[in-house]
Amino acid sequence: MDDTLIARGLKRTPLPRFLLWLLPWAGVLAFGLYAVYLCFALGLNQTNMDNRFAFGLWIYLDLTVIALGAGAFFTGFLLYILKRKELKAVINSAVVIGFICYSGAVGILMVDVGQPLRAWFTFWHPNVHSMLTEVTFCITIYLCVLAIEYLPLVLKNRRLSEVPGLLVLEHQLHKLMVVFAGVGTLLSFFHQGSLGGLYGVLRGNPFAYREHIFIWPTTFFLFVLSAAAVGPSFILLTTWLVGKITRKQLVAPEVLQTLGKISGWLLLVYVVLKGIDSLVWLNSTSPQTGVQVSSFYANPPFGVQVLFAEVVLLGLVPAVLLLSRRVRARTGLLVAVAATACAGVVLNRYVMTIQTLALPSLPFDSFASYTPSWQEVAAFLAVLGYGVLLYSISFRWLNLFPQERELATKG
Amino acid sequence: MTATKQTSTLPTHRYTLVVDLDRCNGCGSCATACAVENNIPPAPERSNVRTGVVWLRVHDVATVDPSGRSTFVPIPCQQCDEPPCVDVCPQRAVEYDPRTGIVGQIPVRCLGCRYCMVACPYHTRSFNWWSPEWPEGMKASLNPDVSIRQRGVVEKCNFCVQRLQAARAKAAAAGQADIDPADYVPACVEACPSRALSFGDANDPDGEVARLAKDPESFRLLAALGTGPKVLYRSSDPVVRERLSRTGVTRG
Repeated sequence: MDDTLIARGLKRTPLPRFLLWLLPWAGVLAFGLYAVYLCFALGLNQTNMDNRFAFGLWIYLDLTVIALGAGAFFTGFLLYILKRKELKAVINSAVVIGFICYSGAVGILMVDVGQPLRAWFTFWHPNVHSMLTEVTFCITIYLCVLAIEYLPLVLKNRRLSEVPGLLVLEHQLHKLMVVFAGVGTLLSFFHQGSLGGLYGVLRGNPFAYREHIFIWPTTFFLFVLSAAAVGPSFILLTTWLVGKITRKQLVAPEVLQTLGKISGWLLLVYVVLKGIDSLVWLNSTSPQTGVQVSSFYANPPFGVQVLFAEVVLLGLVPAVLLLSRRVRARTGLLVAVAATACAGVVLNRYVMTIQTLALPSLPFDSFASYTPSWQEVAAFLAVLGYGVLLYSISFRWLNLFPQERELATKG
Repeated sequence: MTATKQTSTLPTHRYTLVVDLDRCNGCGSCATACAVENNIPPAPERSNVRTGVVWLRVHDVATVDPSGRSTFVPIPCQQCDEPPCVDVCPQRAVEYDPRTGIVGQIPVRCLGCRYCMVACPYHTRSFNWWSPEWPEGMKASLNPDVSIRQRGVVEKCNFCVQRLQAARAKAAAAGQADIDPADYVPACVEACPSRALSFGDANDPDGEVARLAKDPESFRLLAALGTGPKVLYRSSDPVVRERLSRTGVTRG
């Protein structure tokens, strides 16, 4: 049965070994689901969030996975809209990773809100001025788009494609993929931006608040750009990682190099704009609110070195390195630099979420700290477990890397 | 966003609370009266100062005065004229009433996303981390004019808007176009034994609150943020005024 599901010409590990690989991840998922159950049954008092630290680990990681999952929309945009055909080698994997990231983020958001059954209220009573409304609409619709993009991969499965109706459906969906890529790009642009806007519009928080361009704060554009920059890096990273774990060559080295180069250029633009934005924010926007800018970085571990690390060490440095042909030619180095680029955006989302909440606003307030509870950690690990499980199953029974067969034959 | 403007023939008020810090002795009567009036449940055993439900917290700000003397600062929702919380709520569970200036929270519409809490620089909102529970005997004392809130929603001070509604009903029954100001007094103001709290319509030029609002000894918390709070503070001590008017924690 298992053999007949695996695409022709591809070699996969024996089923018992595959199931053994899945087992610990299923355990992680089950443990996380127990934590989720506790949160639903007993309430969010199971977390260590509080009235001051009203957002915590979940929102931070949601922002992070959505940024990293941007590889799905951006690779789709490059392949279907800008016709970068070489990226066809990773688009299937990118779609699966995007789907995992977005569905995981939406799932954890449902745990994070106090009244998940009222989630539909946002569609019924939308506040069109709220960035969160824009996020909710775009993420929900984009998740549907990702599901539609995922569907042809499933329908292409060796057994399913034996059903003529499904084969026709797959073919028709494939023809429409350019439309979905376009819609996905538009939706992603808005929700990546709105996630940045969540903080940039906080007029009451000088650390987060930014100048506006039209109706959007600058964080809107910086989040779009940073997500587009690290999305390809994350696809590069995961492709390499899957190749290492499965001991297979999944894509030609040139594909990884192309992803690295695209990431490098976008990261460079992002870092330049982020630098300009930081200068305006520190010298003009924040001082106007009466805040002493040095107080932003007066509370360890949130010293000025965090900003330096975010912009220079994990921003400018990987951007420049990714633009070097010699660096890109060495896969190990390329992967390390791509990981550094991803770390920069992970740090940015951390700063925007956690430092924003930790800093005091009232003059007699104090710097707040927060440590997530085991339930928070476990619930998020459930997303990791779910992601590995879904990706592993997809990798085994779907053809995620079209070049794999050809490269295996050559090898 | 500016709050939705509604056209109405009813009089427009700008209800304002003035806190005289020289008079406040930190007794906490205001907070207790607020909790009783608004059916705020007793704090669960596991809760702490950051997870309990509090609509009005009296801060003991010992560090404000260089002499080390305590200054007690009662902080309810600041009822901003440009509230940062209204814009952010994804499902309009926070509303600004242009007829009164009161920022209302609608718990039955609240998703519990807590974005409004993140947006508020005064930290005056509480999330219901636990289901509200009252000891058996206390249930009989619940205020029938205020609905209790369930677990997973955000709540905050609304200047005891139920008292405004009662005053309006009374005025309507008497055939009056507007309420008698004496009929609308929030519970905290009523309970303050040292008369540190004054409440009224800042649009009434002859009223006490309008006079206090113009007083040079009056100031707003985080005024530089431009949120336009309608809770004002007064102190005869310029050091207290200067230090409490700052944004964020500054050194020196």
